[in-house]
Amino acid sequence: MSDDHARPAAPVARYVPGSGTQRRHVLVAIVNNRTGVLNRVASLMRARNFNVETLAVGHTEDPSVSRMTITLRGDDHGLEQLSKQLYRLIDVLKVQDVTQERHLEHELALIKVRANAANRTEILKIVELYKGRVVDIAAESIIIEATGTEEEIDALVALVGGFGIKELVRTGSIAMQRGSNVIEYEGVNG
Amino acid sequence: MTMTDRPEAGRHLPGGGSAAAAAVDAARGAMLHEAKPRGRTRIGADVVCEALLREGSDVLFGYPGGVVLPLYDVLGDYPALRHVLVRHEQGAAHAADGFARASGKVGVCLGTSGPGATNLVTGLATAQLDSIPVVAITGNVVAALLGKDAFQEIDITGITLPMTKHNYLVRDADELPGVLAEAFHLARSGRPGPVHVDITKDALQQETRAPHPSPEAVAARLPGFRPTLEGHPRQLRVAARAISEARRPVILAGHGVLLAHASDELRELAERAQIPVAHTLLGVGAMDETHPLSYGFMGMHGWKHVNRAIQSADLLIALGMRFDDRVTGKVSTYATGARIVHVDIDPSEIGKNVAVDVPVVGDVGRVLRALIPIVREVPPAERAAYFAELAEWRRESEASSWHGSGAWRDGLLSADYVVSRIGELTGHDATLVADVGQNQMWLARYAGFRRPDSHLSSGGLGTMGYGMPAAMGAALGRPDKATWAIVGDGGFQMTLQELATLVQDRIPVRIALFDNKKLGMIRQWQEIIYAGNYHSASLLGPDYLKLCEAYGIPAWKATRPDQVDGAIAAAQAADGPALVWFEIAEEQNVFPMMPAGQGLSDLIEKWEGAAE
Repeated sequence: MSDDHARPAAPVARYVPGSGTQRRHVLVAIVNNRTGVLNRVASLMRARNFNVETLAVGHTEDPSVSRMTITLRGDDHGLEQLSKQLYRLIDVLKVQDVTQERHLEHELALIKVRANAANRTEILKIVELYKGRVVDIAAESIIIEATGTEEEIDALVALVGGFGIKELVRTGSIAMQRGSNVIEYEGVNG
Repeated sequence: MTMTDRPEAGRHLPGGGSAAAAAVDAARGAMLHEAKPRGRTRIGADVVCEALLREGSDVLFGYPGGVVLPLYDVLGDYPALRHVLVRHEQGAAHAADGFARASGKVGVCLGTSGPGATNLVTGLATAQLDSIPVVAITGNVVAALLGKDAFQEIDITGITLPMTKHNYLVRDADELPGVLAEAFHLARSGRPGPVHVDITKDALQQETRAPHPSPEAVAARLPGFRPTLEGHPRQLRVAARAISEARRPVILAGHGVLLAHASDELRELAERAQIPVAHTLLGVGAMDETHPLSYGFMGMHGWKHVNRAIQSADLLIALGMRFDDRVTGKVSTYATGARIVHVDIDPSEIGKNVAVDVPVVGDVGRVLRALIPIVREVPPAERAAYFAELAEWRRESEASSWHGSGAWRDGLLSADYVVSRIGELTGHDATLVADVGQNQMWLARYAGFRRPDSHLSSGGLGTMGYGMPAAMGAALGRPDKATWAIVGDGGFQMTLQELATLVQDRIPVRIALFDNKKLGMIRQWQEIIYAGNYHSASLLGPDYLKLCEAYGIPAWKATRPDQVDGAIAAAQAADGPALVWFEIAEEQNVFPMMPAGQGLSDLIEKWEGAAE
């Protein structure tokens, strides 16, 4: 056999997509503000086997679109796949993984903590330290409103946890790039 | 194939000029003439009919029901629209799919709310997995009753959401022209796919003067849908260099070649750079199999020589295919020495199943037209040693797997023989529609396809029961070609209610029924993988001659090889639908076979029972 059609060198295993290192990603999706779009996005992520940690959605300055912030774990390849899959949805106008960019990431939590006259001051000090706010006080409980990164909220929750958490609700992260960069998209309004 | 090869719109007279067909057409004309327009205002249902005609989809497969009766009330006013009354909505969806695959137009199916709509679902999923342009229209209850569990109400858009390219729920007739124009545009543009439009009964009845939007206006309404058609020039240059430098290249031709009507470009690239072409199940027909560079069918039941060529390639040029698990087997052992150039119109397919070295997003036809001039022209002599090796592998694999089951030696009727005779006696020009299972693999391997869009098969979803109703659509989509459904006794019994549709509408589908009294592929897996534990693999069927007699369909039976040609010829001569009942060997296997979870180099080529 002449070497002009030589067989390739000894085979090595081919890389299987999705087998890379898993880490946390923050994805921003700009979608049409229409009935059922949240369902489409959620359905796709479920069907494609992506494990979403948080999903926050709301209106923007443009009434024709909504903005979603999705946090999830996966390898870089998987995230690229999710982004491409989201683009297959006709109502998805833009998807951007902001994890690698300088960005702000905040969520809001309401924490209802057991509190009485004896420990209220102590709780208030912790809240102040974490730049939280007490938004409701009752005889046996208070409600703390806190904003910050996921880690900051986790830390506050852990600290006040000792007093007894009666109820906890979190919005999930919302994200925005720092500086003058914006997520650009083409919508029905141009 | 160019667009000029396709039949003109409106030519859907089955039977191609026969006296019987002319009589039916005259009768239909008279019937339609009776349904005079009643001097009424335009309603939502009219918009639906107008949209179908505007989009060139002049055949629709449907079944009436309560909430779509407003549509059936106006259908008679549109004599250019041919409505085919199916016997089950699943048949309508498969027929629309077959119509689309054979004709290149958008197929349309129609069902009522509730069960009518859920019956369409299997057909929509079939179209979704195989990227077939279908528009499914369903009625729904009046808007005020939505969400109230009204009679025949179900959340059908919730159901079709994950198995359509897009879907709509329309409650206002004024929205219908825009939505329907979007639906057809989405179904046929970019990577094609099914689009579902659910319309409330009151929207169908509501008066409207809303105009149909222009094509430009439709595109402007869809800022989230901008398919990339042209390959990126830099990626094209990288791809061209990889192709020019390759010593053992193989082209993997997929369905995208057919969807892009790029068979000519495929052949041109193969000839210019002297590259053998392997094809996927849905890529059958992308290249004339008699062409010297056509190397054959790849994958789980593909030819051994083809899989060997892929496994030893230094470059795979994947054109409009998606590295399905039936094609790659275990990815970690797939073509480990090969770099991969992947051309696909859907960016999400690139890197989904295998990592790719040179991605090119774009329409296969446009990408190839840009690529061909910048690829080095390779003199055939340069590939002499490579081609000699490929030829030797081919000779070996064809000699060992033809009639590989041994059934042929016993003088029993062997399915591969029958399939090859059907290919031969139809001049390799008929539209041959597979069902799913062994019959599907035999058809892909042995019929010998030469024409694009002449092989229809439910590849992605693998829908048993697809064959006959899809052939019904294909026969109306390409009335200038003979149409055969190649079905097993399992799949045929799933949808044989459409025999009545073939008769009522005189749709000239020839059915080749491969009866081994078995769910053959199930039996094969049980034999090889489940130690011969044949649970539920045996299948009782009716006397198919009597069945056909009851339906008024001429039928023949062949049990010996010497009866095959005569039976095929008799069916071909029938004026209208016909069936040939081939009683084939009961235990014939499809070889080679790649066991699930294994790699392309792990083919089983014959089976003589499990080791003791």
